[in-house]
Amino acid sequence: MTDGPERATERALEIAAATHPDVDLTDLTDIDPGIGRELVPLVRPAPRPEPDVRRSDVDQWGRSENFRAMTRRIFDPIYKHWFRVEWEGWEHLPETGGALLVANHAGAIPPDAPSIMHGIEKDLGRPVYGLAENLFRTMPVVGTLWSRNGGVAAHPDNAYRLLHDEEQLVLVFPEGTKATGKLYKDRYRLRRFGRGGFVEIAMRAGVPVVPIAVMGAEETMPVLWKSPRLAKVLNIPYFPITPNMLALGPAGLVAYLPAKFRIRVLPPIYFDVAPNQERYSRSRVMEESERIRRVVQDALYDMLRRRRSVWFG
Amino acid sequence: MRALVTGLSTYWGGRLAQALEQRSDVEVVVGVDTRDPRTPLERTEFVRTDSSHSILARIVRATQVDTIVHTHLVVDSTRATSRTLHEINVIGTMNLLAAAGAPGSPVRKVVLKSSGLVYGAGKADPYCFREEMARTGPATTPVEQSLLEVEAFVRDFADDNPHVDVSLLRFANVLGVDIDTPFTAALRRPVVPEILGFDPRLQFIHEDDVVEALMYAINNDIPGVYNVGADGVLPWSEVCAIVGKRRIPLPFALTNLAAEPARLLRLWDIPPEAMALLRFGRSIDNTRYKRAGFRYGFTTATTVEAFAQALRLAGTIGDASPSYRYEREVEDFFRHSPAVVRPDPA
Repeated sequence: MTDGPERATERALEIAAATHPDVDLTDLTDIDPGIGRELVPLVRPAPRPEPDVRRSDVDQWGRSENFRAMTRRIFDPIYKHWFRVEWEGWEHLPETGGALLVANHAGAIPPDAPSIMHGIEKDLGRPVYGLAENLFRTMPVVGTLWSRNGGVAAHPDNAYRLLHDEEQLVLVFPEGTKATGKLYKDRYRLRRFGRGGFVEIAMRAGVPVVPIAVMGAEETMPVLWKSPRLAKVLNIPYFPITPNMLALGPAGLVAYLPAKFRIRVLPPIYFDVAPNQERYSRSRVMEESERIRRVVQDALYDMLRRRRSVWFG
Repeated sequence: MRALVTGLSTYWGGRLAQALEQRSDVEVVVGVDTRDPRTPLERTEFVRTDSSHSILARIVRATQVDTIVHTHLVVDSTRATSRTLHEINVIGTMNLLAAAGAPGSPVRKVVLKSSGLVYGAGKADPYCFREEMARTGPATTPVEQSLLEVEAFVRDFADDNPHVDVSLLRFANVLGVDIDTPFTAALRRPVVPEILGFDPRLQFIHEDDVVEALMYAINNDIPGVYNVGADGVLPWSEVCAIVGKRRIPLPFALTNLAAEPARLLRLWDIPPEAMALLRFGRSIDNTRYKRAGFRYGFTTATTVEAFAQALRLAGTIGDASPSYRYEREVEDFFRHSPAVVRPDPA
């Protein structure tokens, strides 16, 4: 196969003439030249423009904007009148481009994720994808609702695609279930930020990290006690006993105490490294991860110093 | 080019042989299979073999083929017992690669039709698999295990034979009226199964795109592993809505057991590996094959729509394609009898 590209094209046209009577030479401008030694351009009829056959607006992540809009309608009164969410540092949220939003996590069934997503989607007009445990994918109904509402399994490649390829806003809670399962006495004391994987993803995707400190979620559904035995039986990370449950029984699973929410967006952190590297220095990643944890922790202490009342802010 | 097609009597083998016959630079097309061909062929020479291709080395030596297209990998476990699956996939591929890699072998290109099944479907999966990603859980079904074994053979073969272009294509689930898969079979029924509370993201590929993709690998020297699946994913509920079928929920626990009555009633036969798809879904990243120059004729959504339209047509007029029966004497007569006047190849 030593023929030049002209010969290849000629051959392709020959094949095309035999197989497709009315042909349209496909545009081949974006082909990676390193991938093959000699490419015979593909010749085939242009794809038939079909009428739009979609019946839903579920995207490749499972998120549906229609679904989000419905959720926002339901959640808006809670956001406005129950949690009375107030934002600070709104100007730090990027209006364009990908960014990894990193926040602290709290509450037995954490209300911080829906609040952050709701606020940003409503007032900034950008969708937010929330990364979470694979556990959601295994849960019938809940997992589907979670996915339609913008939940995405926290696989590094998912995060990379969202941030790098699609330039979306992605929300992550690096503490994970260690934070939501912590006892009330440990409130507002940040847990370990995982293994710093979120920093590595932001570096690889070439996007900034926007730290976010959330005050109020800790008091909406505090964990008084945990039953390791029940957690094991139910195969969930923790089984909490909350005052909400003690007061309301099973309804306590969805009824939050009306703590005042204050969300502070901190200045974005840019990493001065080349994107798309196979590996990043472990020490640098851990250092950045710890620095971001520190920034969020300090902001929380500052907000708590100014807070006069858990319920009224 | 002198080409050999395995699985000539399968849908893919037949269509590929037809496509190869059309090309003027293909001198010889040899097809092997255990059964008679089911598609009308002009000049393809059919040789009956056993399922594990044990005489392939002799055929390759005798015909001096330079290109082998291996379509005879069973990816639908409802079609074969795990014993025959192993025989066809693992032993068959082993014999095929042994024939292709024999000393002095004329083979310079091997194209294989594998499946996205090698990635499995699980809770820890990325939403979109790239070629270099490994599955996240162990393969538990015989078909997945056999395909992984096949791919391991192929990797070794490609390493040992750098002068042979090995293209391995992993296809998404195929939709088309002419092809029987667990999904197409289920979507033909008035009701379609789903797992209660799950609505997975699925990716499909049109049967024509499968043939085009294989032909593209035959026409070009693009060694390597490629995912081949149409653009976009659809939730299963939407697939059923486009085809216009009602969904019947199966319980989310003991799902395979609960599906057993439907299997016995021959309503649907959803094997465990397809059941995992109905729970977790899967999509594969098709950008590498696009970068290699391939263009899809259908997206996932238009694939489903085309399938729905073809089903409606078939529902009205029945099977439109004329049935064909292979008669060895007739075929031999047209190919080899001196009485037949053949057009000059030049």
